[in-house]
Amino acid sequence: MYDDIVRSDSSLRRFLHGLPGVDQVGCEARAAGLATRSIKTTAKAFAIDLAIRMVDLTTLEGQDTHGKVRALASKAMRPDPADPSCPATAAVCVYPDMVATARQTLGDSGVHVAAVATAFPSGRAAMDIKLADTRDAVEAGADEIDMVIDRGAFLSGRYLDVYEEIAQVKEACGDAHLKVIFETGELQTYDNVRRASWLAMMAGGHFIKTSTGKVQPAATLPVTLIMLEAVRDFREQTGQMVGVKPAGGIKTTKDAIKYLVMVNEICGEDWLDPDWFRFGASTLLNDLLMQRTKMTTGRYSGPDYFTLD
Amino acid sequence: MSRIDVRKTYKLYIGGAFPRSESGRSYVVNDAKGKLLANASQASRKDARDAVVAARAAFGGWSGRTAYNRAQVVYRIAEVLEGRREQFEAEIRASEGVTAARARAAVDASVDRLVWYAGWADKITQVVGNANPVAGPYFNLSTPEPSGVIAVVAPSGPLLGLVSVVAPLIVTGNTVVVIASEDHPLPSITLGEVMATSDLPGGVVNVLTGSQAEIAPWLASHMDVNGLDLTGVTDVELASELEVAAADNLKRVRRPAPDTDWLVEPDLDRMTRFLETKTVWHPIGV
Repeated sequence: MYDDIVRSDSSLRRFLHGLPGVDQVGCEARAAGLATRSIKTTAKAFAIDLAIRMVDLTTLEGQDTHGKVRALASKAMRPDPADPSCPATAAVCVYPDMVATARQTLGDSGVHVAAVATAFPSGRAAMDIKLADTRDAVEAGADEIDMVIDRGAFLSGRYLDVYEEIAQVKEACGDAHLKVIFETGELQTYDNVRRASWLAMMAGGHFIKTSTGKVQPAATLPVTLIMLEAVRDFREQTGQMVGVKPAGGIKTTKDAIKYLVMVNEICGEDWLDPDWFRFGASTLLNDLLMQRTKMTTGRYSGPDYFTLD
Repeated sequence: MSRIDVRKTYKLYIGGAFPRSESGRSYVVNDAKGKLLANASQASRKDARDAVVAARAAFGGWSGRTAYNRAQVVYRIAEVLEGRREQFEAEIRASEGVTAARARAAVDASVDRLVWYAGWADKITQVVGNANPVAGPYFNLSTPEPSGVIAVVAPSGPLLGLVSVVAPLIVTGNTVVVIASEDHPLPSITLGEVMATSDLPGGVVNVLTGSQAEIAPWLASHMDVNGLDLTGVTDVELASELEVAAADNLKRVRRPAPDTDWLVEPDLDRMTRFLETKTVWHPIGV
């Protein structure tokens, strides 16, 4: 239905710039207002388990080893070894060369393998290299691909280039799900976040993701709010659901619950599911586990009782 | 025209800052005659949790300092306390209703106690550590190491009591979460102000005011607390409950001591109770 819009650079620009502008003050006030909700007892227990199921347990360091990825994958399958009722995380997220290792450890446990491809995190490489990067990851067993958009092209207004890039990477993904990373910390304005959201959804991304985690600021509540509004409006227009993944900077259970409240308020319960909302995080999981332990045992737990990675 | 009073808000001391209680609560502190003295923050379990997080974060840096440096910092607390003695004397007199001479004696003793413990910082290792004789070509050395984060229920003597339980813990490198005297909390928070301006890193000492019975059980059962000092617990039943709760992660526990005369010079027990002994073997002649 968007064929007319994406026919040329100018029609695409006309559409994206025709999107209603974001009221910055209103958006930030709304996000801050939703963050004040108090979630306690059974609702909190539900939120913690849901948040654990939504975590994309991530390690994206130059110093990653196969051993570390295996340990991380084991943790993803059983985050709290002391408590079998603790759910598994949604996925592990690694660099493409670690995909095979992660896949081998995870087997058919149901935990997905996500790979960051397309010259992550800068996205500065030739198109055929990005596509090869993607195909490599998929062949190695990744069933989710996290791509970065070319922020340079986006900021200089070459929207069609970005559209084509996403569409081509999606084709290279085959059956794997595609998450499109905007790096909102580099997009400068909330209006740009809204434009990027629509662009990625029209190009066929299954998920839109805030950040790589390598740039500050990473995920923030107002940015996620704008993206949630975009996926909500996109479903209203097309009937298609697109997922949202804030990544980077979400470190505590309290933060995670703020995001879940926002998902419920902006998009509704349909999105309160690991298929449609994810957290890109590593340290968040331990805090969730500590809070979970606190709720089941009635006493505060400490970081000594959980693995470091 | 008369000047309007600038009244002091007594808050908590957590992580080097002076926040209000997360719960927003406060309670009335009366003077010895039952008249309103001030409102103090009433800490909740979440303040206790935050304090433990701050103490844990401070532990690495504080325990890693040289004993000499810790001594300097504790000595500095004594210096700053000496400089603010009038304020402390006034607060002690107001809250306990004692004579000027008694209040002065309490401040004197508090300053002396800090200096006394400061002197121990770089000597305790020589006293309780040892070079052990072993049957083999090895040096075998035992040295004391701080236990970690210690939760303390302070006795009711507001200044001297608090100094006497906190100083021995920090000179050896532990970090502390202390529940101040419930009835006389004001000098404790003023002592927090002294520590905040004495080069003591934030989080090494955290002072909570409020209900002992409410906060102490959370600290006793907290899995990230390594020791529990029950000196100020007067309720026997509460003390045994706390001791049971502390057993879960094998905390070191110091039992209540309700009748301690704080003016008497202490022995080393308050320092050694929260020390672990580390023994290393090192080959000779390599």
